[in-house]
Amino acid sequence: MRRRKSLPLEKGFCAVTSDTPRPPPRRRLFGAWGRRELQGLFWQVLVVGIALAVIGFLWSNTVTNLSARRITTGFAFLGREAGMPIADSLLAYNPRDTYLWAFVVGIGNTLRVAVIGIVLATILGTLIGISRLSANWLLSRLAAVYVETLRDIPLLLQLLFWYVLMQALPAARAAWRPVEGVFLSNRGLILPAIPLGPPQLWVLGTAVFGLAVVYLIRRWLIAQQMRDGKPRPVWPFAVSFIIALPVLVSVLLRVSWKIEWPELRGFNFVGGLTLAPEYFALLIALVTYTSAFIAEIVRSGIQSVPRGQWDAANALGLRRSFMLRQIILPQALRVIVPPMTSQYLNLTKNSSLAVAIGYQDVVSIANTTLNQTGQAIEAIALIMAVFLTISLSISFFMNWYNARIALVER
Amino acid sequence: MTAITDMPEVPRAARRPQMGNPALRWLRTNLFSSIPNGILTVVLLAILAKGIFSFVQWGIANAVWLTPANDSSGCRAVRGLGACWAIIPEKYRFILFGTYPFDEQWRPALSVVLFIALYFLSTRRVLWRRELIYLWIGALALISVLMWGGVLGLSFVSQDRWGGLPVTLILATFGLAFGFPLGILVALGRRSKLPAIRSLSVLYVELIRGVPLVSLLFMASVMFPLFMPSGFNIDKLLRAQIAIILFAGAYLAEVIRGGLQAVPRGQYEAADALGLSYWRKNRLIVLPQAIRHVIPPLVNTFIAFFKDTSLVLIIGIFDLLTTAKTAIIDPAWQQFSVEVYIFVAAIYFVFCFAMSRYSRSLEATGGR
Repeated sequence: MRRRKSLPLEKGFCAVTSDTPRPPPRRRLFGAWGRRELQGLFWQVLVVGIALAVIGFLWSNTVTNLSARRITTGFAFLGREAGMPIADSLLAYNPRDTYLWAFVVGIGNTLRVAVIGIVLATILGTLIGISRLSANWLLSRLAAVYVETLRDIPLLLQLLFWYVLMQALPAARAAWRPVEGVFLSNRGLILPAIPLGPPQLWVLGTAVFGLAVVYLIRRWLIAQQMRDGKPRPVWPFAVSFIIALPVLVSVLLRVSWKIEWPELRGFNFVGGLTLAPEYFALLIALVTYTSAFIAEIVRSGIQSVPRGQWDAANALGLRRSFMLRQIILPQALRVIVPPMTSQYLNLTKNSSLAVAIGYQDVVSIANTTLNQTGQAIEAIALIMAVFLTISLSISFFMNWYNARIALVER
Repeated sequence: MTAITDMPEVPRAARRPQMGNPALRWLRTNLFSSIPNGILTVVLLAILAKGIFSFVQWGIANAVWLTPANDSSGCRAVRGLGACWAIIPEKYRFILFGTYPFDEQWRPALSVVLFIALYFLSTRRVLWRRELIYLWIGALALISVLMWGGVLGLSFVSQDRWGGLPVTLILATFGLAFGFPLGILVALGRRSKLPAIRSLSVLYVELIRGVPLVSLLFMASVMFPLFMPSGFNIDKLLRAQIAIILFAGAYLAEVIRGGLQAVPRGQYEAADALGLSYWRKNRLIVLPQAIRHVIPPLVNTFIAFFKDTSLVLIIGIFDLLTTAKTAIIDPAWQQFSVEVYIFVAAIYFVFCFAMSRYSRSLEATGGR
């Protein structure tokens, strides 16, 4: 490290001119350790000391308070019976299950809204971002109004608003039917669904397997093209592995794909897929709010591609779809991906607002646990652990993706 | 090669001779430049017209604007057909000022005006110097005196009776006023050469940014009493305020760090060459340049956590959103929550929109 001697200029350094005599070099107190190092050491010891003192103070208070309230710390309570009802969950749950399982169910609910929210918000946000750049004045103005309005109103307010609208929907008997088989009522959104049992999952598994195979084939084909410059179509492989293979498996195993239509029986619906009003309101609020931010990211990403790139692609006579796919998008994605990551993280963290409308995500379940058992530290630690894990996984995945699409410079 | 002849749309409109009625020409370039575009315009116009028509019908034509005090029967008669704006004159004092003593409500009203004046003055470039700090300290002290009272003949109002818009503005403004210096310190700490200080700063920023604000607020409301010696307790509003300051500090630190990274190395070296101490170097040379770089993202962060103060609803603090939600618990007016939410959304929108316009104008002029 370079060592810069600092002159004693702390006070009135205007007085220093070229004819001010230089002070004699300082004697070093501790061998090779200069003043800077000593100062650095002093500050570090001071700050760490204060931090430790504060933590120690809080810790000793906490221990005293917990013992006064007869709360034993530790995660033993996770094995006890939870006894809290969870109305709407992805995983099977019964109030007699343990707190641990209740937490897992809560994590499932958080992921259910976050993953689907991220997918839908990306689609909607991209459409709106592109609309803002449309040559059609009306479309671009409408998209701008959408973005400005949703960005400037708190998400919690939007969430409460959607939830109130859900509750104001007609009862199940008078449900709205926008399309045959779809019902919208104060019981939520009910959609026709295909029941998924093991045979159907096997067929879907085949399709996923086909997708992986096609991905490898595509890499190989591109490597071939790099060698001799001849383009080789990938679609015959895609059709045969992703579509034909699963269809074949499905026909051979006689898997049934019968659609289950929801029906009104008495006061409620039977069959189909039900999105509870809480879930549906949370999903709509998260998707519309986040899509406004994603739209801005997509817009600025596309605008960041220099005009010359469009002109050059036009001059080469490339087809428009090819030009967008091969020239514009790869360059825009480099600008889009990093801020998109933080929007995905925001959406996931914002899903914790669920507690305000009674959708039981992990934060809401931790809060109930905390009220029931008094295990405040453990409950909050679990929330933090869950969100840190989710955040780190998303950042890890997006960083991997970002590294893949990043500019390879010579 | 057919592709060259059907080059994409951009030049097509420009190739047309530029004559005729300018309005028609504008329509042709912007709305009907091609057949698909024309169809899109017509479809959008139809949807827009339908939307505006039903909103006007609900919000204006069939709406009820005034009813006798405490009587919602007029509104209930048009329920589902028209809006009940009458709930706003009925409830606006509670929504805006919460349970603050009714006769003293000029004090929170004046505080709101002071806040707005403070924001406005802070945007004036002429005032961007040290005096601005004194102005902030003075204004915040004045607002505290107005809200609490107890001196100058003002009656004392305890903070559990505060509510509505002033609470939202207090949480956001004090969050900024304390979070900003905290953010500067943490940002400097994160770029420090001292390993212990650097890792403490990284730990703080990543922990706070990794978890939702809701969980921080829960922590402030349930865990804080556990942390303190028994018998010692501070008010709920102050605890939420501390959580918001810590939250704001972490996010502001990241923005400021971006600015610090944008200051060229030569500036640091020049300051070292002048023999300035660490603090003088940062105060006089580095920070003024760094902060100037990041004023637009700072304003955006401020907008984000102005909106985020509404989360205190979850721990039951009476900010603007909570008073709105409480106002419609009243059974007589229960069904008209949409109107109240629109009213409150408009207030939030005015504040955030003004700030985002300001941030955009700063970006356009390059913060200069």
